[in-house]
Amino acid sequence: MTATTTSARSDLSELGRSETALRTFLHGLPGVDQVGAEQRAAQLGTRSIKTTAKAQAIDLAIRMVDLTTLEGADTPGKVRALAAKALRPDPADPSCPHVGAVCVYPAMVPYVAEVLRGSAVHLASVATAFPSGQAPMEIKLADTRAAVEAGADEIDMVINRGAFLAGRYAEVYDEIAATKQACGDAHLKVILETGELATYDNVRRASWLAMLAGGDFIKTSTGKVPVAATLPVTLVMLEAVRDFRAATGRQVGVKPAGGIKTTKDAIKYLVMVNETVGPDWLDPDWFRFGASSLLNDLLMQRTKLTTGVYAGPDYFTLD
Amino acid sequence: MFEYAPAPESRSVVDIKPSYGLFIDGRFVDPADGGSLKSVNPASEEVLAEIAEGGAQDVDRAVRAARKAYEKVWGPMPGRDRAKYLYRIARIIQERSRELAVLESLDNGKPIKESRDVDLPLVAAHFFYYAGWADKLPHAGFGVNPQPLGVAAQVIPWNFPLLMLAWKIAPALAAGNTVVLKPAETTPLTALLFAEICQQAELPAGVVNIVTGAGETGRALVEHDGVDKVAFTGSTDVGRAIARAVAGSRKKLTLELGGKAANIVFDDAPVDQAVEGIVNGIFFNQGHVCCAGSRLLVQESVAEQVLDSLKRRMAQLRVGDPLDKNTDIGAINSAAQLARIQELTEAGAAEGAQRWSPPCELPERGFWFAPTLFTGVTQAHRIAREEIFGPVLSVLTFRTPAEAVEKANNTPYGLSAGIWTEKGSRILWMADRLRAGVVWANTFNKFDPTSPFGGYKESGYGREGGRHGLEAYLNV
Amino acid sequence: MSERVAVRKTYKLFIGGKFPRSESGRSYLVQDSNVSLASRKDARDAVVAARAAVKGWAGATAYNRGQILYRVAEMLEGRREQFVALGVPGDEVDAATDRWVWYAGWSDKLAQVYGGANPVAGPYFNLSAPEPTGVVAVVAPEAPALLGLVSVIAPAIVTGNTVVVAASPSAPLAAVTLAEVLATSDLPGGVVNILTGRLSETVPTLAAHMDVNAIDLTGVTDGELAADLEVRAAENLKRVLRPVPGDHDWTADPGLGRMTALLETKTVWHPKGV
Repeated sequence: MTATTTSARSDLSELGRSETALRTFLHGLPGVDQVGAEQRAAQLGTRSIKTTAKAQAIDLAIRMVDLTTLEGADTPGKVRALAAKALRPDPADPSCPHVGAVCVYPAMVPYVAEVLRGSAVHLASVATAFPSGQAPMEIKLADTRAAVEAGADEIDMVINRGAFLAGRYAEVYDEIAATKQACGDAHLKVILETGELATYDNVRRASWLAMLAGGDFIKTSTGKVPVAATLPVTLVMLEAVRDFRAATGRQVGVKPAGGIKTTKDAIKYLVMVNETVGPDWLDPDWFRFGASSLLNDLLMQRTKLTTGVYAGPDYFTLD
Repeated sequence: MFEYAPAPESRSVVDIKPSYGLFIDGRFVDPADGGSLKSVNPASEEVLAEIAEGGAQDVDRAVRAARKAYEKVWGPMPGRDRAKYLYRIARIIQERSRELAVLESLDNGKPIKESRDVDLPLVAAHFFYYAGWADKLPHAGFGVNPQPLGVAAQVIPWNFPLLMLAWKIAPALAAGNTVVLKPAETTPLTALLFAEICQQAELPAGVVNIVTGAGETGRALVEHDGVDKVAFTGSTDVGRAIARAVAGSRKKLTLELGGKAANIVFDDAPVDQAVEGIVNGIFFNQGHVCCAGSRLLVQESVAEQVLDSLKRRMAQLRVGDPLDKNTDIGAINSAAQLARIQELTEAGAAEGAQRWSPPCELPERGFWFAPTLFTGVTQAHRIAREEIFGPVLSVLTFRTPAEAVEKANNTPYGLSAGIWTEKGSRILWMADRLRAGVVWANTFNKFDPTSPFGGYKESGYGREGGRHGLEAYLNV
Repeated sequence: MSERVAVRKTYKLFIGGKFPRSESGRSYLVQDSNVSLASRKDARDAVVAARAAVKGWAGATAYNRGQILYRVAEMLEGRREQFVALGVPGDEVDAATDRWVWYAGWSDKLAQVYGGANPVAGPYFNLSAPEPTGVVAVVAPEAPALLGLVSVIAPAIVTGNTVVVAASPSAPLAAVTLAEVLATSDLPGGVVNILTGRLSETVPTLAAHMDVNAIDLTGVTDGELAADLEVRAAENLKRVLRPVPGDHDWTADPGLGRMTALLETKTVWHPKGV
């Protein structure tokens, strides 16, 4: 149970100072029953979103996309094209909104920045030796600073899962706090890599740890391990940001990433946001999709709704 | 704001006739005295169909048809062939499940997502499960040669019309009995469609007979001399009357009656799932559930937080058109039931409990009741003792596990109970002490054809489901 | 030398492990002895004693209950001649003793035979187990006085129920003597309570009593009385065992029915997850 009293609010800021205090707090969070959480997520997935609600959801989902490319083969040309698509996802339809952000590796940030300059599309960069996080701390922080200096206003960092699973919570906390500091004004998204955390109890603890350490967003996955975002994992994270705001007054965003490929999937997530944390999070400032192929499906569905005809992939850009 | 547009399930999949006769000896026939009732859509008060009201003569005709079928066809038939008929029925139900689900929601008022995702899958599963027993009875643990009883009189309620039909008919037929079933007067339509399914399956005439009607029809059926077995699901008062009516007779009786289940939440519960379980426990099927978790017993140390979460969650419940796929709470089944819920909730407020409902717009036509919770309830309040059978939760608190057990058991009922705690040994300690036929730990309102269901004390006797469910229909 | 004057026994009720006279102070002459004539209040006291004993007896381990029932058999074996002296045939005493042994063994087996895991279609642990129903009122068969009595008491108590038994009105001495066996067998007081006297006085009270969970009408020979008792029992939906025909063969294998009729099946669900 999360505390909601004002005295508890002041207590939480002290937690990071002590390994014992952190452990006591994180292990005192209410458990998550796997079967119940998965059933609730599945139940929300059966909502039927049609017509006007669907149109509204598709546009919102487009605005929430962190259009992502994180390949070894990324080039300036490739990321420029992606950034152009972020600004005008459907060149044929000026009423189509732009996406939330473009997400790339630090080396690609300058090329994207050129394209996005002056627009409302954010520029996110993964950092901290993404995706493994296995590098000396100084290098991770330098990685972060470089990305910010090159023009990123959002940083997606990875937590040290090894330290987390070994119970070295203070170490994870300190890394997040240091990265947050290195971010300066840039927003920090903390990737929990939930596919490696094994239990929903761990997802809840890692969510709280990331929020306590100063993360602005908590994000499910790097997209580089077999299990990426799932509805129940996102449900547990949404419950965590809801409870965290109740306890501290600070609102934290949520970003499921990886594996969300269809409009149907995206709408299930929006329904879950709507019914778990409510309209305060139904905004690109507070909820994002880390995705690439999702955008084209959203665009095809959007066209279907406006024209009444099923679209084909050849009519949408592949960037 | 993210407003969901209406998403109505099409009612064109179901063809409702203007009027229905009785299903006796394999055919639809007119009632002997020509009486009739109207079945109404509780969400709109629209008349769906005119239903025959079976009288004593009709009941007699049905019982005689069942007797003949028992003696000439169904009794002598090898179990493996009875099994095949039941498998056929299960398959046809699966094939026609959307039609049955829509009809159930129209006639009963329950949300389509429940009739579609809960009732119908369980109905088919129940026939499938008992089909497999028909040729395995010597291995069921009731001796080497257990025998059917003969003709079973079965009277079922309106809250899960087709599911209760399945719970009654599947084991009866598997064991070799024939049946005369009376559906509830407000929800007869799926039973009548089931009669058509029996025809489609070419089930021999007279094995299943459906006699529609109200209380008097039911009374004539259970009191009929030609009946060997009576099975009833419904209120404890009617159950008591039936127990008196069969006293001194040869009729074997099983009863599945009311409840006032405690759903017990400890301070170490997985709180988000507990809140879901509380909501499911009392608002599933508008609270028209005999095993509903209608008394929330929450540990005092977390009562405030749990109630805050519960209220937040209740505010998400969508009340309205049962055929809308996004509806969580449908219509109250009848004007009479709505009046009973209103009377008891007014008593709750008058006795000093604090009433709360989320802001919630109710349709103008039809029978509706907003999800409601009462705090400050004590064991002495009527709303803590009487079965409301509606979307109304009474919240009580406790301090220790022993106090939770004491309060949970302090009722003449004993159908179900819920326990929410992450501590395994405490679950088992509690489960041992709760006087209830079904104990859901860290879950609630789960059903399965393999899992016996039934009550202690005034919640009735006998079990439905599983191997245990056969016992009610065998001479053991 | 004059012949020694025998010490006669007073045949009293057996309630809560003690041997009180009827609170009414009445007795009746039967089998050449004065036997307590139990009243409605005695029936009520017996129910109170039986209810008080439920927690301990139902909560005892099955192994413990089995040991105690076996101990009853040992005690009965030792008192064989006493029952023979009351007119109970030796064969019947032997059969009654063997029946205690048979039921004793069921204490820790019935839950395995009658309960078990249910393979539900979902990620749940699901187990059904039998539990005692609580307080059972039992009308013992008129005859055979000892084997009939044992055949209705043992299956009720082996699973953890407690009983109030209305003994055969015409042959109560075996019942009171059996009470003496029970009293010396480590059976907790109140698990078995025995009333002697007229059925018409005690049984309707038991049938209507709202703190009795089940009634076994085995020994009721009057069809109208049986129906009346069943009607009374309906008030709190007691589990009812109907009368058995007078020519019932009590030496036959009793099967599980007498035990299972006085059990409740409890099914516990729990999710399986990490």
